[in-house]
Amino acid sequence: MIDYSNKEYKVKVGLAEMLKGGVIMDVINPEQAKIAEDAGATAVMALERVPSDIRSDGGVARMSDPDMIEGIKKIVTIPVMAKCRIGHISEARILESLEVDFIDESEVLTPADDVYHINKWNYKVPFVCGCRNLGEALRRIAEGAAMIRTKGEAGTGDVSHAVKHLREINSIMKSLTIMSDEELFGIAKNYQVSIDLVHTVAKTGKLPVPNFAAGGVATPADAALCMELGAEAVFVGSGIFKADNPSKRAKAIVAATTHWQDYTIVTDASRGLGEAMKGIQASDIPDEELLQTR
Amino acid sequence: MNKYKEIEIGVLALQGDYECHKNQLELLKVRNRYVKLSKHLEKLDGLIIPGGESTTISKLINRFDLRDSLVSFGQTKAVWGTCAGMIMLASEIEENQAGVEPLELIDIVIARTAFGRQVFSFETELTLTLNGKNLKSQASFIRAPRIKRVGKNVNILATYNDEAVLVEKDNILASSFHTELENDTTLLEYFLNNLVDNLNK
Repeated sequence: MIDYSNKEYKVKVGLAEMLKGGVIMDVINPEQAKIAEDAGATAVMALERVPSDIRSDGGVARMSDPDMIEGIKKIVTIPVMAKCRIGHISEARILESLEVDFIDESEVLTPADDVYHINKWNYKVPFVCGCRNLGEALRRIAEGAAMIRTKGEAGTGDVSHAVKHLREINSIMKSLTIMSDEELFGIAKNYQVSIDLVHTVAKTGKLPVPNFAAGGVATPADAALCMELGAEAVFVGSGIFKADNPSKRAKAIVAATTHWQDYTIVTDASRGLGEAMKGIQASDIPDEELLQTR
Repeated sequence: MNKYKEIEIGVLALQGDYECHKNQLELLKVRNRYVKLSKHLEKLDGLIIPGGESTTISKLINRFDLRDSLVSFGQTKAVWGTCAGMIMLASEIEENQAGVEPLELIDIVIARTAFGRQVFSFETELTLTLNGKNLKSQASFIRAPRIKRVGKNVNILATYNDEAVLVEKDNILASSFHTELENDTTLLEYFLNNLVDNLNK
């Protein structure tokens, strides 16, 4: 049986707790990392191409060059995260040896294994994984993820799928709290996860790890919306550095995430930001090109 | 009987693990509120500055004009800082690459993330010396800061490998570790009973 109270796991979830109420920003070089830190990001995600470029360039998307990740680690003092391909044990080991603070086993990169995710219990470094629904979230937690984020549809600038995933997860979790034991056994069976994990959610109506939003966040209002729908922090991928004035927009998204309940502040943050990333409507993307189904 | 019914404690909620502190306050039935702007400090009896990212917290303190009111609050009222919160209370930060501006409420010099990056984070059991008694408490050190120098008249209440990790001066309490990730409220009760109450008697 998995021991969620083991000390190593607790400090992994602990770091996720420390990131709550903040914004984690995708950056592709040290200059962007510095802009992100100055704007008040709680962490940066180091990657070679932001999701919208991965989407338009096509080809295989992989882990970033270690030199690039180290360059970013040198320039900022906030936590540095990096992405590995789903199931790519060796990329994850490389990122661990680089002492990144969090690994995102991410559907934005081309999956390396179409059956198995990484056994995240085997690592010192914590992992975040994306999900579209509660079943995916609980399977990733069972594999050792210390943080869950919605998948949304990365690189679109369209927040609608992050909204859909947040709504879906939260409404199912709410319904679990009033289910009978028989129904909970049914849920465990459907989701292919242990009944213990299902009971944990049923007791609290929440995931046992922090639950963040990602995928298509492009404006301060998008960030506030995610917080409004129960996200505990926000990832912004292409939305900042594909926009006109990244520094100003980054600050505005940070302000809106902190003060999401105070609409005078969210309103002020939304003023005069220039063009947002152009984006693509997620519903226009053919099913086989969706990243979230990976 | 709720011994804390007369008091209300704020948790600075600009960013970080403010919810964990709120949960612990609720375990003890302490009225509490999140502080995101200066006006939220009104009539509070004490404040907790949580863990999180001190660069972010410092920038948001400046951006939303909280600095002066936090400093004046900390001159008379009880304030407890954990991890990033301790960094914010310090008088000085070593190698301050990111330009964190501390509130200078307790005379300690801090080195950020000096216990190492996340792969070196750990949980341990510490002995806290509180009111002359030795009490055990679980402690999580997460990308934790180190106290490099302790000013005179600053009391050391716990050490880890002979280094100060919990310090106090009058109404200010600072810990480089977290106790709020668990249900163990030993340190919170000490803060409420000794720093908050004493000031209001």
